[in-house]
Amino acid sequence: MTDTLQINALENEAIYIFREVAAQFKKPVLLFSGGKDSITLVRLAQKAFYPAKIPFPLMHIDTGHNFPETIEFRDRLVEELGLELIVRNVQDSIDEGKVKEESGRYSSRNMLQTTTLLDAIEEFKFDACIGGARRDEEKARAKERIFSVRDDFGQWDEKNQRPELFDMLNGEIDFGQNVRVFPISNWTELDVWTYIEREDLEIPSIYFAHKRQVFLRDGLIWSASEYVYRDEEEEVEERMVRFRTVGDMSCTAAVDSYATTISKVVEEIRDSSISERGARIDDKRSEAAMEERKQQGYF
Amino acid sequence: MEVLKIATAGSVDDGKSTLIGRLLYDTKSLTSDKLEAIERSSKQKGYDYLDFSLATDGLVAEREQGITIDVAHIYFSTATKSYIIADTPGHVEYTRNMVTGASTSQVAIILIDARHGVIEQTYRHFFINNLLRIKDVIVAVNKMDLVDFSEERYNEIKADFQKVVEKSDYEDQQITFIPVSALKGDNVVEGSTSMNWYDGETLLQHLEKIDTKDVYNSGRTRFPVQYVIRPKTEEYHDYRGYAGKVYGGDISVGDEIVVLPSETKSKVKEIYFYDKKYETAARRSSITLTLENDVNVSRGDMIVKANELPKVDKKFTATISWMDGKQLEAGSKYILQHGVNKVLTKVSAIHNKIHPDYSGIEEGVSSLQMNDIASVSFQLNKPIFFDSFKEHRTNGAFILIDPQSNNTVGVGFID
Repeated sequence: MTDTLQINALENEAIYIFREVAAQFKKPVLLFSGGKDSITLVRLAQKAFYPAKIPFPLMHIDTGHNFPETIEFRDRLVEELGLELIVRNVQDSIDEGKVKEESGRYSSRNMLQTTTLLDAIEEFKFDACIGGARRDEEKARAKERIFSVRDDFGQWDEKNQRPELFDMLNGEIDFGQNVRVFPISNWTELDVWTYIEREDLEIPSIYFAHKRQVFLRDGLIWSASEYVYRDEEEEVEERMVRFRTVGDMSCTAAVDSYATTISKVVEEIRDSSISERGARIDDKRSEAAMEERKQQGYF
Repeated sequence: MEVLKIATAGSVDDGKSTLIGRLLYDTKSLTSDKLEAIERSSKQKGYDYLDFSLATDGLVAEREQGITIDVAHIYFSTATKSYIIADTPGHVEYTRNMVTGASTSQVAIILIDARHGVIEQTYRHFFINNLLRIKDVIVAVNKMDLVDFSEERYNEIKADFQKVVEKSDYEDQQITFIPVSALKGDNVVEGSTSMNWYDGETLLQHLEKIDTKDVYNSGRTRFPVQYVIRPKTEEYHDYRGYAGKVYGGDISVGDEIVVLPSETKSKVKEIYFYDKKYETAARRSSITLTLENDVNVSRGDMIVKANELPKVDKKFTATISWMDGKQLEAGSKYILQHGVNKVLTKVSAIHNKIHPDYSGIEEGVSSLQMNDIASVSFQLNKPIFFDSFKEHRTNGAFILIDPQSNNTVGVGFID
């Protein structure tokens, strides 16, 4: 037995939120992308319910254009922890004619995920979807609540949000509505990395510096892949890079890096001067890009 | 890493966003892409200085109006602390947002425009920090550059503010005055060469010194049960863990406890945090407890120490802050959420409306509108286990939920 428990304010807050979700909702689900934020969520959920298993499934909305390293990692983690994983594919939504594949230079399946997600929520009647979004990522996310109510169409009304006072989370909803839950709302990118280091969590290899075939466009480093549109004059080169987020390949840019271990990544983040979403191509579309996507039901 | 949550309050043009932007800029928390966006936008607007307010203004509609209209959270850190700023708007109609921001904060910054001095808004900001029992209040007298960095003007404002402080009934509150120029950077992170007469701390120096362990008022130990963990596996066949967060004081193995409402007595057998056992858990830690005896405990119950019983009642009076467009009336029914416990309630009486600028009360009120603060009595369908808010910042607070809209429509502080 150890003596006094030393508290970590952010970890305690996240565990509290997980327990509120399990207690207040009938059918929660944890949205899992295989990225560092969702890996952190899984560890926090383990801590919240130990020695019982995590009392809800994980769900991945797969664009089909993910980094293979991430998918491999996802499947291994789920098996090791004995968790239930639901996968729903954007490809199916395309095949069913519900969404149309984008074409051209900046085409991405990132926006198409929203339809697949909303369909899956309806299919399983999920009433709470837990996600790893953080308020420090982006301006529109800075106003997001911890429990964020979505209407029957999955839409976010940022003008009509419930005030959240003290620790009290109001999960009352009508049938057909659902709540997006963000347990690591108050964490910064550095907090997540420091936590991964402290907890010794395994993460997909693309987060570490590796040699990769890439090309440059608009000052960003893009992965050369069959899923990413590339002009003939955009030349492919090999570079030492790592990724700061692991979204769809068509919307995630790499950064130059020699950080091959977690402690070196933490060091780089501490010194870095480009913000995390600065390497997200989908946010570059316009200054209000994220806010518009969120109103439509994007995570 | 320690985390300090800060609430900011100021009127529309007090330069609050500029102050926050300055804090971020001088602590090197603005990333190069954000800085570029600020430079680009400042240039577009034709400013000859950097418009730091763009670092914090979030939503499109707000950018158009040039004011912040909701609570936004901003993050920065130093070598010793992580800071979270709840940026709340300061106009009259948004008391609701200020109360919300202050409820999760441990420190408050009140901004005063040195040209205008203490105004009615200042009274309101201070009133809310008082009502919410914020222990550390920093009064930043901003725009000192526009009053020629005058010591005389600063002292005048300080004296005026002291008159406001005299109206407060919260004696433990610490109030610190700092003369700043957010635009020029004086006394925010760096000191000032224009105000040699001031030998106190800069804003950041003061924040760095605050002990985050001390800012939550301590009180009696309260453990509201959030969730019962029953693994139902071979190994943990009879395991019943009570998951929750500890508030007020510590809890230790062997402590004699009482479970409310059943009043069953038992002792703390084990304290778990994940897969490790501990002897003692400090307040604000999210733990799992097991008890010596086989007791029936469910969500919403409260575990307290045997010699520290709270009040148990179906009736009480509270100061409430009303937050909804639909008005509150005597006889209105709501869901009352006290911590994680929900009960039904009926408003038995509205006693009076309290003017949040210390100008007194208004009797004979039959309904409350959004942003009103009032003394109200409630009747519950089941007893709750509470303390006075002044003695317990967690166990004395509750929220009201409208059963029709499901919205959080008010917050209360029990007398």
